[in-house]
Amino acid sequence: MDRIPILKLGGVLIVTIQVDMHDRLALALEEDLTAMIVRTGARAVLIEISALEIVDSFIGRMLVSIAAVSRVLDADTVVAGMRPAVAITLVELGLELTGIKTALNVERGMALIQSRLAEEDGFGGDREAHEG
Amino acid sequence: MKPTKVETLPIRSGDDVVRVRQRVRALAIEIGLGLVDQTKFVTAASELARNALDYGGGGEVRAEIVQAGMRKGLCLTFEDEGPGIADIEQAMTDHYTSGGGLGLGLGGAKRLSNEFHIESTPGAGTRVTIARWK
Repeated sequence: MDRIPILKLGGVLIVTIQVDMHDRLALALEEDLTAMIVRTGARAVLIEISALEIVDSFIGRMLVSIAAVSRVLDADTVVAGMRPAVAITLVELGLELTGIKTALNVERGMALIQSRLAEEDGFGGDREAHEG
Repeated sequence: MKPTKVETLPIRSGDDVVRVRQRVRALAIEIGLGLVDQTKFVTAASELARNALDYGGGGEVRAEIVQAGMRKGLCLTFEDEGPGIADIEQAMTDHYTSGGGLGLGLGGAKRLSNEFHIESTPGAGTRVTIARWK
């Protein structure tokens, strides 16, 4: 069965979706990502979708579901690189990407993740200092 | 308004839904729709194909390129022989779902098309027609 490759870069898992998503592929991606978050302790998932020509409610649901599961496992989800025509269509379709952060491209997605991780680590450090 | 080109595609699997999207994209380009309109109409087709598969137990779509005067359009008719929809008004409501979906399929497909028509007979199936004009 086809699978979408997942790359690990520091504490971030990176997925780039280059093919037309169908049911089995979407399910496999969700399972693989979940397993890999647990195995690697990743703090964030970056999903790059610039190759996707459409995002319908099926793919939207997959993204929302990945973000929800990742959140439970203490990892943020950022979707990067959505095409302008896809963004316009999503709004008209009425699909809300609940729990998902978006970035214009991978570079800005990574920057968003790094700043959030730095922020969280910073707060963690402060809390420890106060408690100590 | 008479069709200048007609083709029928099966909707029996998730792979068929992907094929329907690809074919609708090619036909949308053929009638000269711009990128945003193509994307909207392909997305509408994807929602309806998936509805036919998930709720109608599969079916088929007929794609027609139609000409009305100087205007060209793409008309898609999705048909299934599933359980049908008892309350169409309720089914059209955003976030209403009888299955595990987001409930945006019908209302979303309507918003993404220029024309939308639905007929359903409980126990006999559902037919949804959408059109987008150049």
